[in-house]
Amino acid sequence: MTDTASPRRIPWDALAVAPFIIFAVMFLFLPTLGIIGAAFTDRAGNFTFDNIFGLFTDQILAAYWISIRISGASAFFGALIGLAIVLAIIRGRLPAPLRSAVMTFSGVASNFAGVPLAFAFIATLGRLGLVTIILRTVFGLDIYRSGFNLLSFWGLTLTYLYFQIPLMMLTIAPAVDGLKKEWNEAAQMLGASQWQFWRYVGFPILWPSVLGTLSLLFANAFGAIATAWALTGSNLNIVTVLLYNQIRGDALQNPGLGAALALGMIVITSLANVIYLVVAARAERWMK
Amino acid sequence: MKTNRFWAWLTFILGAAYFIVPLLATFEFSLRMRRGEYSFDAYASVFADPYFASSFGYSVIIGLFTIVVGVLVVVPAVYFVRLRMPWLRPFMEFITLLPLVIPALVLVYGYIRLYNSSSIIPFTGSALGTDILLTGAYVTLALPYMYRAVDNGMRTIDIATLTEAAQIMGANQAQIISRIILPNILVAILSGAFLTFAIVIGEFTIASLLNRPAFGPYLVGIGTNRAYEPAALAIISFIITWGAMGMINVLSRFAPRTSARTD
Repeated sequence: MTDTASPRRIPWDALAVAPFIIFAVMFLFLPTLGIIGAAFTDRAGNFTFDNIFGLFTDQILAAYWISIRISGASAFFGALIGLAIVLAIIRGRLPAPLRSAVMTFSGVASNFAGVPLAFAFIATLGRLGLVTIILRTVFGLDIYRSGFNLLSFWGLTLTYLYFQIPLMMLTIAPAVDGLKKEWNEAAQMLGASQWQFWRYVGFPILWPSVLGTLSLLFANAFGAIATAWALTGSNLNIVTVLLYNQIRGDALQNPGLGAALALGMIVITSLANVIYLVVAARAERWMK
Repeated sequence: MKTNRFWAWLTFILGAAYFIVPLLATFEFSLRMRRGEYSFDAYASVFADPYFASSFGYSVIIGLFTIVVGVLVVVPAVYFVRLRMPWLRPFMEFITLLPLVIPALVLVYGYIRLYNSSSIIPFTGSALGTDILLTGAYVTLALPYMYRAVDNGMRTIDIATLTEAAQIMGANQAQIISRIILPNILVAILSGAFLTFAIVIGEFTIASLLNRPAFGPYLVGIGTNRAYEPAALAIISFIITWGAMGMINVLSRFAPRTSARTD
């Protein structure tokens, strides 16, 4: 039972974890640090804040702002609608087989993003899409004449919801499952109304999970580009499209500015996560 | 509680409509290629296109390599961290969450800057090198999902007890991993693999910025040049995604479970 059998003891632990660490350094840490470094370097290689100041132009600020609005709206409505559907299925006593079918579908829909999703919405709500045509011929409502455009803020938000809602459903379902039936019964016996149960028991328990998923959904939409690109080409001025054009052909005429643009994206998605961590820590304090 | 059920059904039906109508509309659109009647011409046109086969084949191969590399990177690390180095766990969790926080577009920008043809590791200098870089990028994209799948698999089997039992019976470390741990978490690994495949197969951003002939850039090209083929391709992609997710569901029924220790 000693190590004499193997003269040189193989350091399995280090060997097994090493590929993971090397991989993380090569494909996560170094590229990210490289971007951060480049954001503070001028063409001659000196330290500078000019690239960061360079972000404060109308075009770039507008790109950030519309990206934040689309991500915020699709995260907010995705979380709201996703939570409503999960509550309906788990708490609304719908038939049990329905639940597994819905959850399987959510797994598919949350991964049905990118280019094919854009194609699907063009075929649905584009100018020649089925729903557009049915609304016009059957209901006499021309959505394009009344101001709707798939290639706009609401069009893109509506499209993003197709993967945001299922993602919310998949992440929040375990938390909703954790709400025990006994708590509702106990609340009712103490004379609480349904509204009071949700206000004082149900929602405070779900709140940290909802918030966590919200920041996940926000980052998910904020970094998305394939759907927007396939829908609109390079026309839509969102920050990912701007950065994509910059990587392709130096659209900003300054590589340092491109790095600053990328750094801005990291800062915004990190902020979303930090806000979540702070609020979750506060929300969970009383649960211990 | 009657009203409760009514609202539940209403929510469900509205939600279902939002998800099913685009699929029906896309399918209907994909059949409209021949004037005046429904036909599968758009599908025939897609399958007759040699670029469809070549780009799809390329993405499948990159996807398979991504799965193999992902498993080799994640499984040993999760096993030893769970068994011997629990203090590393928070660090691992942090790393595996990073790809969800840092947008893929930013990461690929970092790769292009870092691994260009004049750098120490010139991945982008050759086609093979770029394929390796693309595989690495996809492993990174799939890392959060692969890690979670494997970690869940190891939680449901009690790896500490299994390892001790195997050691008492005289098994060495390689035997323990290959003959005891791997078969027990095979279902979890396969779940992670199918999820990885679903993520990788139609990926556009990284493949197009690295200029590789993958399925995602092919899709975008078709989208800008054709009318009905994109709808057909959307339906085909949906079926592929459905297949990958369906496999995960089927597999999860075969997952082994030993009751974990409560320590």
